[in-house]
Amino acid sequence: MIEIKNVSKRFGEFKVLSDINETVERGQTMVICGPSGSGKSTLLRCVNGLEPYQEGEIIVDGVSLSDPKTNLYKLRENIGMVFQRFELYPHMTVMQNISLAPMKVRKWSKEKAQKKAAELLERVGIPEKAQSYPANLSGGQQQRVAIARSLAMEPNYMMFDEPTSALDPEMIKEVLDVMINLAKEGMTMLCVTHEMGFAREVADEIIFMDFGRIVERGTYEEFFNNPKSERAREFLKQIL
Amino acid sequence: MGFAYDFDWGVLWRQPYGLWLLQGLWLTIKIGFLGWIIAFFWGICIGTLRVTPWRWLRFFSSAYTEIFRNIPFLVQLFFWYYAGPMLFGETFGRQINQIMGLNIYVAVIALGLYTASRVAEHMRAGFASISPDQYQAVLSTGMTQYQMYRYVIIPYALRIITPPLTTEFLTIFKNSSVAMTIGVAELTFMSYRIDAETFHGLEATTGAMAIYLVLGLTVVRVMSIIENKFKIPGMVGR
Amino acid sequence: MFDAVASNITFLLGGFGVTLQLSFFALAGGIALGALVGLGRISKNKWIYRPITLYVNFIRNLPLLLVIFWFYFVMPIIAGRPLNPFLSAVIAFIIFEATYFGEIFRAGYQSISKDLSAAAYSTGMTYTQTARYILVPIAFRRMLPSLITQSIVTFQDTSLAFVIGLQEFVRRTSIVDNMEVRSIQLYGFVAIVFFIFCFIGSKISRHFEEKGRKTGLL
Repeated sequence: MIEIKNVSKRFGEFKVLSDINETVERGQTMVICGPSGSGKSTLLRCVNGLEPYQEGEIIVDGVSLSDPKTNLYKLRENIGMVFQRFELYPHMTVMQNISLAPMKVRKWSKEKAQKKAAELLERVGIPEKAQSYPANLSGGQQQRVAIARSLAMEPNYMMFDEPTSALDPEMIKEVLDVMINLAKEGMTMLCVTHEMGFAREVADEIIFMDFGRIVERGTYEEFFNNPKSERAREFLKQIL
Repeated sequence: MGFAYDFDWGVLWRQPYGLWLLQGLWLTIKIGFLGWIIAFFWGICIGTLRVTPWRWLRFFSSAYTEIFRNIPFLVQLFFWYYAGPMLFGETFGRQINQIMGLNIYVAVIALGLYTASRVAEHMRAGFASISPDQYQAVLSTGMTQYQMYRYVIIPYALRIITPPLTTEFLTIFKNSSVAMTIGVAELTFMSYRIDAETFHGLEATTGAMAIYLVLGLTVVRVMSIIENKFKIPGMVGR
Repeated sequence: MFDAVASNITFLLGGFGVTLQLSFFALAGGIALGALVGLGRISKNKWIYRPITLYVNFIRNLPLLLVIFWFYFVMPIIAGRPLNPFLSAVIAFIIFEATYFGEIFRAGYQSISKDLSAAAYSTGMTYTQTARYILVPIAFRRMLPSLITQSIVTFQDTSLAFVIGLQEFVRRTSIVDNMEVRSIQLYGFVAIVFFIFCFIGSKISRHFEEKGRKTGLL
């Protein structure tokens, strides 16, 4: 379970996150949406310790990120993250991309890591691309490899930062399908996305953020059909 | 530790050693400046030849650049100093070798010829970074190629490449140290000479380092003032 | 025409061998240290960034010749006994050239998107692992043309080890010249040999530059 309590983050004078409170239970899929600059990406990066926060506390499975004794590396082994621009390692094959971390971080043998990688490639639908380089893959394929790469560490949590925003429309579905399957299999997910079809299918809760605050939260139906705030209403108008 | 070393930092202040360093510095500055004057003007020529319509001139320019950049400066210097006079034949060559201070003249010329090839390369980069549309815009006002280059392109390119030229100016002072190998009594030579006399080479070279540092910082400061005067408004800074 | 060269060819080429040896160690050490220096230059930790930046800016104001002398004087003091000039030269070159290679690596690291590092960290990798498997290899490949060009410069710079008596190519040539006084041939020979090696080197660098441009620079 991820608990975010009264978290605020400043970037110089600018307050990027203000008093964020939220809890994500195991198995839940949480969707975060909002206009750009609202702090959504920053929030994700605070959860896995990539960005520090000044006030409040984030607790993952009982371990607080504010505690100086916390080993952030160990924490990140357990929280996978998928980025908007895929960020595959360009100098390595797909197989190497996926098996690198298990081999170096979990000290798996090459055979074990490659076997796992092959399974994951099967799961995301592109087993034949194992020896290809990222440059030879389409955007959708690259993103699926990125998902496989995160899953290789067998995390309990997966975070997605606008995973389909950089994709051509024809490829969005193949990535969303993988994500939907992941959610249905019980993965705990935090997704920053504007893909409302995805949210409707699997989101247990939707959070709407604006200017660093959580302005509204609720189930898909509540948020979509009956947005309570003016900002949320405007936002929905724009993305539909 | 068996090799006890007796540090003597006073060697830097004691005359005549301190004075030697300063005299060396003065010669370093003179050589650098004179070499730069040659390098700058000759380098602009070579750089410009590269874009003339005549194939032989273009070839000369790129050949010059390739030759001077692919041979170490030390080798060039030795060639001009030892082999150079002989290129003028036996008798004339011997006369040249009698000239007082020949090593300084050769050092300045060698430095100028070498650095000119680097200036020419920077010019090429400068020309290349000016968009083809700009060239066409000038030509469409009816100017000839020559006029275009003379009044627009060359001055424009020079201002674009002011930062790398500043670096070259700094580099020429550093390269002047190589002249010590033919006996030019510049700063590095002097620090070595102090060691020859006092066996306190470490202090002497450390002192010389400090002086080069001051020289470098001064040059950078002066050049950045000049850069600011010549900067093209609106262009992305360094 | 090149008779003085021919009759002394083994001696001269022996010197070239020393030049190659010195270049090899200078490059191996300079590039390795340069990769680290580059990392230091982009470090957010001021205890790393400041000393390394100081070191780089300090060295870049100094002539290589002076640095060679300085190490020539300092190494025996540190070691406590007289040292082989080759060793002092290697150390001097590594320390000096690492600053130039460092700036090249720095440009390479800066061309890598922050999110790529973030992706590596997100799989639980440490800074060292990320630097070793991701940052350095990618930067190296991207900056290969510049690295080759700088290596050519280093190769030429080894001629300066002349001044501490190292029996490299140029010094041996000047020894022969003192005997035979056939300066045009002898120095012409040195010039031609260097030219051939460096010219080929720069063609190789350009090849990688073209290749990089075609495959989208990784």
